[in-house]
Amino acid sequence: MATATTPAPRKSLWQKHAFFERNSIWLIIGILLVISVGGLVEIVPLFYLKSTIEKVSGVRPWTPLELAGRNIYVREGCYNCHSQMIRPLRDEVERYGHYSLAAESMYDRPFQWGSKRTGPDLARVGGKYSDEWQRQHLADPRSVVPGSIMPGYPFLAESRLEAADIGQDMKVNALYGVPYTEEMIAAAAADLRTQATTDAADAEALQQRYPGAQIRDFDGNLAFVSEADALIAYLQALGTMVDFKLYDDKANIR
Amino acid sequence: MRQSATGGAPDPVGVPRQISKSLTFGEGGLVASLVLLAFASLTVASGAETAAYAFHAWLTVLASLAAVFVIISHHVERPAALPAREVDGRPNYNFGPVKFATVAAMFWGIAGFLVGVIIAFQLAFPALNFDLPWTAFGRLRPLHTSAVIFAFGGNVLIGTSFYVVQRTCHARLAGYLAPWFVVLGYNFFILIAGTGYLLGITQGKEYAEPEWYADLWLTVVWVTYLLVFLGTIWRRREPHIYVANWFYLAFIVTIAVLHLGNNASVPVSIYSPKSYIVWSGVQDAMVQWWYGHNAVGFFLTAGFLAIMYYFIPKRAERPVYSYRLSIVHFWALIFIYIWAGPHHLHYTALPDWAQTLGMTFSIILWMPSWGGMINGLMTLSGAWDKLRTDPVLRMLVVSVAFYGMSTFEGPLMSVKAVNSLSHYTDWTIGHVHSGALGWVAYISFGAIYCLVPWLWNKRELYSLKLVNWHFWISTLGIVFYISAMWVAGILQGLMWRAYTSLGFLEYSFIETVEAMHPFYVIRAIGGVLFLIGALIMAFNLWMTVRSPSAEPAVSLARNPAFLPAE
Amino acid sequence: MNETYRALAEFAQTWGLLYFVALFACVLAYALSPRRRHEFEEAARLPLSED
Repeated sequence: MATATTPAPRKSLWQKHAFFERNSIWLIIGILLVISVGGLVEIVPLFYLKSTIEKVSGVRPWTPLELAGRNIYVREGCYNCHSQMIRPLRDEVERYGHYSLAAESMYDRPFQWGSKRTGPDLARVGGKYSDEWQRQHLADPRSVVPGSIMPGYPFLAESRLEAADIGQDMKVNALYGVPYTEEMIAAAAADLRTQATTDAADAEALQQRYPGAQIRDFDGNLAFVSEADALIAYLQALGTMVDFKLYDDKANIR
Repeated sequence: MRQSATGGAPDPVGVPRQISKSLTFGEGGLVASLVLLAFASLTVASGAETAAYAFHAWLTVLASLAAVFVIISHHVERPAALPAREVDGRPNYNFGPVKFATVAAMFWGIAGFLVGVIIAFQLAFPALNFDLPWTAFGRLRPLHTSAVIFAFGGNVLIGTSFYVVQRTCHARLAGYLAPWFVVLGYNFFILIAGTGYLLGITQGKEYAEPEWYADLWLTVVWVTYLLVFLGTIWRRREPHIYVANWFYLAFIVTIAVLHLGNNASVPVSIYSPKSYIVWSGVQDAMVQWWYGHNAVGFFLTAGFLAIMYYFIPKRAERPVYSYRLSIVHFWALIFIYIWAGPHHLHYTALPDWAQTLGMTFSIILWMPSWGGMINGLMTLSGAWDKLRTDPVLRMLVVSVAFYGMSTFEGPLMSVKAVNSLSHYTDWTIGHVHSGALGWVAYISFGAIYCLVPWLWNKRELYSLKLVNWHFWISTLGIVFYISAMWVAGILQGLMWRAYTSLGFLEYSFIETVEAMHPFYVIRAIGGVLFLIGALIMAFNLWMTVRSPSAEPAVSLARNPAFLPAE
Repeated sequence: MNETYRALAEFAQTWGLLYFVALFACVLAYALSPRRRHEFEEAARLPLSED
């Protein structure tokens, strides 16, 4: 446009241009306003409404070994096939156990509720199978469940767990308010080894720091702490922290 | 006074009455930043805690040094003046970055479809996981989703947006190096993200797996993208900003907001690839699906609706059915979409009020979605016969029909009663793919089929017959895929909740897994067909680019860069 | 269910709803106003105007 006419005076053209620029800025402001409403309304109250996370006792932060195991769970992308969220539907509660509470994943970063059950839900897999079964199943799933389509993870038992700096990970979590004390962070590396050892000398101190922690050699190999040790420790702890005999679901209607 | 022999280095004294070539602010700034980045990465590489992270650091060193080399050598070779915005009073379009993005889209598309086929076969035949870390389903699945959504889809969006914004504003793309920085920087992000998944570097959040340093890099690229796009709009010679650009703008701005919100994390240290997200548990779940659903809404919908609003009118040679509807469509869609996230969390530990909000808005969302579909389809009113003769237009229009189907199915699945059956099953996977293959991929294919002859100055595609083959083979593939997943998903959901007459659960979990096998095989075959279609397309485009150029069209003759070399 | 929740919900269900209905009416008015018919028709032809 305007190519046929003689050039307009400089100033008026510039003014026109400035007006149009404002237009696109207004468009952006409009977009930002419109898209922020939904997110704010749905997200912000979750941080302020006390009813979002149920009042329940027993949920503690992950032990150093469990946290390292959880990071392996994340690294291998287990969440692509396994959920950790039991819905309050009859068949799910009968198949997997008590429906999941928000409180049970309140220290989970990232959350691992998942979106797909190519394999079963794992929210309460802790204690369901023996360590020996978990070990065997991870290394070769079809040797214990013939119809399984899960990949084998034989390398986990052979890989030394690289988690000397797990205290650093706990520090970042403490930054967000996860109740890791300085004592816990200082003892992290030692606690990690202790938890993977059967009849460990300082098992009691670890128990005190992390009530209910299971302490034993999870992968059946005393030579070193393997990635399988950590992952199995995590799996065996999943869903075991809350004692549902004591839980009053009427008190937490949301 | 004599100019120095190289003619490249700026003369400190300066040559009177001659434009002396100096580094532009962009060239200088970018070189300095990249050198800094190379040094920073070198430091990280020397102390990296894992080999995979060190590999990424070295990759960054190499890439930034290569970029510095390219920038400087281009500077030396280029004429003193930067390319003019206009030649003979007409815009001097910059299509180089568009061409690159188009080629990259085809490359990543085929790679992403291939990985999809591989993981589909892994689910049918688990031995294909090979029991190795980097070939297991858990690592390949994010590679597949990221490759098709962000690598294929992202390059299509960046490429088409750079094309459309220039053509509808009648202005040259803003920036000299910036558009190239966006295109190359984005693809470098893809490279880091993809190799990271294989090596076990992931945040563990679906569709947002890249770790903190990749996220930071993407943020820089994305802000530049927004500035280039806006800068081009500011140069426009038309009073109105065409509606396609509104959708592109909403896509760019919203993805930036979502990306920042969902990736707010603190790294364990700069020497570690691992970070922890600020949000936890139920809040993290809500933020994640606010992000996840709006990645669908703004990346896979708004951005591709922009493509619909430009390429369908263009190819059908008639204006969009109702421009007014498109405006209502725009505001209603972006307002409502953002609320729909919680439908991914029905019956979970997310509070009920949030679930109800998510469901309500998901159902309302049906209306603007179909408003857009009607607008796209009705653009052809009076020209329906073109569907018979033009397979490219057919692909574009069928994509809109698939869009209509998916956006009907979505609200249906967001109803809690339906969701209690469909959630966690393959029905969701089928739903996603009817949208991803039918809508996103088809409209992208249609747009690329249009773009390649335009960009490479060819009269038409090498073969419309091959487009036809591509269309029918891949449509068959989609039908295989989504019908297998519907049956699988519903069967799975029903088996999980089946009870015997004595009141016991009828099936163990593993029985439901075994029942999926035939459907997983059919699905994989559907995927193979879709991949074959894409390979036919790549061949067709390759032959198009190689075919002799059309005699210089009037519109291109003014720009020497697009003339065949003589 | 606590007080904060009830108050927020009530506000959203009354004023919030009204506000968004009003906003939507504005968008409709903008899009459908006869004054802009010509402008929009011109805009719709943008992709078709070659240069």
